[in-house]
Amino acid sequence: MATKSAHHGDNYINFEKGLWSWLTTVDHKRIGLMYMISVMFFFFVGGVMALLLRLELFAPNATANVGQVLKNGDVYNQVLTYHGAIMVFMVIVPGIPAILGNFFLPLHLGAKDVAFPKINLASWYCFMAGAALAVLTFFFNKIDTGWTFYTPYSIRTGTATVMMVLGAFIMGMSSVLTGLNFIVTVHKLRAPGMTMHRMPLFVWALYSTAILQMLATPVLAITLLLLAAEKLFGVGIFDPALGGDPVLFQHFFWFYSHPAVYIMIIPAMGVVSELITTFSRKVIFGYTAIAYSSLGIAAVSFFVWGHHMFVSGQSETAGIIFSFLTMLVGVPTAIKMFNWVATLYKGSISFDSPMLFALGFLFLFAIGGVTGIMLATLPIDVHFHDTYFVVAHFHYVMVGGTLMALMGGFYYWFPKMFGKMFNENLARLSFVFIFIGFNVTFFPQFILGAMGMPRRYFDYIPAYETLNKVSTVGSWLILTGFLFGLYAIVQGIRKGPKASMNPWNSKTLEWQTSSPPPHDNFAVEPIVTAGPYEYR
Amino acid sequence: MSTDSTTHGGVRSAHVSHHFKTAEQEYDSGKQGIWLFMVTEILMFGAILVGYAIFHNIYPEMFAEGAKTLDWRMGFVNTLVLIFSSFTMAISISYVQRNEQKKAAIALATTILCGAIFMCIKYFEYSHKFHLGLYPGRFLDVAKVGAEHANLGMYFGFYYCMTGLHGLHVLIGMGLIAWLLIRTIRGDFHSQYWIPVEGVGIFWHIVDLIWIFLFPLLYLVG
Repeated sequence: MATKSAHHGDNYINFEKGLWSWLTTVDHKRIGLMYMISVMFFFFVGGVMALLLRLELFAPNATANVGQVLKNGDVYNQVLTYHGAIMVFMVIVPGIPAILGNFFLPLHLGAKDVAFPKINLASWYCFMAGAALAVLTFFFNKIDTGWTFYTPYSIRTGTATVMMVLGAFIMGMSSVLTGLNFIVTVHKLRAPGMTMHRMPLFVWALYSTAILQMLATPVLAITLLLLAAEKLFGVGIFDPALGGDPVLFQHFFWFYSHPAVYIMIIPAMGVVSELITTFSRKVIFGYTAIAYSSLGIAAVSFFVWGHHMFVSGQSETAGIIFSFLTMLVGVPTAIKMFNWVATLYKGSISFDSPMLFALGFLFLFAIGGVTGIMLATLPIDVHFHDTYFVVAHFHYVMVGGTLMALMGGFYYWFPKMFGKMFNENLARLSFVFIFIGFNVTFFPQFILGAMGMPRRYFDYIPAYETLNKVSTVGSWLILTGFLFGLYAIVQGIRKGPKASMNPWNSKTLEWQTSSPPPHDNFAVEPIVTAGPYEYR
Repeated sequence: MSTDSTTHGGVRSAHVSHHFKTAEQEYDSGKQGIWLFMVTEILMFGAILVGYAIFHNIYPEMFAEGAKTLDWRMGFVNTLVLIFSSFTMAISISYVQRNEQKKAAIALATTILCGAIFMCIKYFEYSHKFHLGLYPGRFLDVAKVGAEHANLGMYFGFYYCMTGLHGLHVLIGMGLIAWLLIRTIRGDFHSQYWIPVEGVGIFWHIVDLIWIFLFPLLYLVG
């Protein structure tokens, strides 16, 4: 069965032909590419929404012509909601695990596929169905609750909340199935000699993420179902008018959604670990510390949800405890940070575009992490709560962290995925624009937040105008950067020169097979005899 | 676990999917997968039980009033029906393992029948409550019911959400067992291969187990 029959192609892309063969494929590599196309599409939609929001905030509404891009506050709220929901549920949460994880987890382990290939395909269909349901609400009855669907507003507002939360529920199902698949694959399908401590750090990160997906998502599922029931049948659990408790919704919601931010960032940390060690040509410093700190972050993340509710009226004691627990997340995170820096130390660093993105990640994530500690501090958060400081913080962590790693990982593995090379100069150009644009966009928002500009507002006082203008100009730089990146990718796929088996001289298993890999990943099953990073 | 042993069942089964090396590896993976999925099911019901516990603590009298309206006899019969169905499900696996496909098919059909009886009793319970005006939340007919507590509707909110979600799982389980039944009659399962039967069986036992928690909480605790 390992030998391929003669009429089949020599890699997974030309193994079978036609659209139907893609839509019915159970090959994890093809499913990864399908996720890639869908996620890129949703990223484009969510990105356009972001540009509209920034355009609206270019000037106060009193200014003629500019500053009134969106008709009124209602439209602004709707665009804000779709930007948030699309970017969170359809881009950043599935992003790295579903695209790069699906593609590379079995390759990293020396397996032929994930443990449940059909479930893997089913999870793509779940994702697409849920996403379609959520996005289609835009054409029926636009939703304006924000991506958090806070009660009681979400119960009262006459928008398509039920359809939207059912969409999110189905996407959650997809997330659970992917996580389940990854855990069983790691436990059961490792090649001979691939012990847990010889797994690449990206796999460790995906493994920790999968545990989070399995444990957190069901709680979101029931929360969203109860919200739908509340809206349809008025069951009274979250509705204060019926004796229910809207704050309970917040507890349930953040019990998922706070671990979910680590579902977003841990895979990014995994990618960065691979990039840093490969492009420093040095064995990674503190392999075990990095591996277990992923699990550490996953564990602590379940006890910190209350920091979203410092001003919700929970008891002061609870606030203090949650503040302390939140700061604990800083410990495993800092362990990773220091290990990456220690790996760079005296390494032979080459500044290829994936490495640039990894270094960009370190820079942006440091700012995002440090401001996270500030927000975890109870008295500071009471001051900064619901200001642009928070907006800047989570964009630094989620976008600056996850998207930087996604782009870096994507360029790193591009030769393996497509068997072609991209244009290095274009990729570097895209990095420069994204990195500078990102800081120009979001750094002023820290200052705006400190000055007291509230988040989610449609208009602002003239004192905030200059910084908002700078921020909006930054969003155009980011757009330019991503357009360069897209061009580099499309040109690379169409006309790129043929890539060798291992263009970066990496040591992990996926580079030991041809580019692009054959249908069954490896012509001969690899036998692992050493750790993943035997550089020097 | 990295051994190449193909000793499971003595022969290498024709059913080993291409990405597994041995039938044993495939069996272990399937079993781990279904158990992990059950963890998510339990967590999902766990959250709604947390909500129940919180509000039961806030409004004990209101929950007592609500529980009085439930007929514990119907709930008790349903508990027996489900426990019996768990038994028939379990013996169906045992029959498949011993290559007694006909008996396995009868056991599976009995399990589906039990599920149907459960849902019928649920249907009578629900329609009786609708008849009395015991709707969830804001739809509760306060005047008709003569509710002592203004929020009585919330009790029925929990009642319908918990039993409704459980009922949905019973229906899904019946569908899965029907699929097993067809495949058993077709002869897909035998002493070398029974992973799906065992997987669905575990699902069915968990659904029963959740009912065993719901029954006392809703019908008896009051």
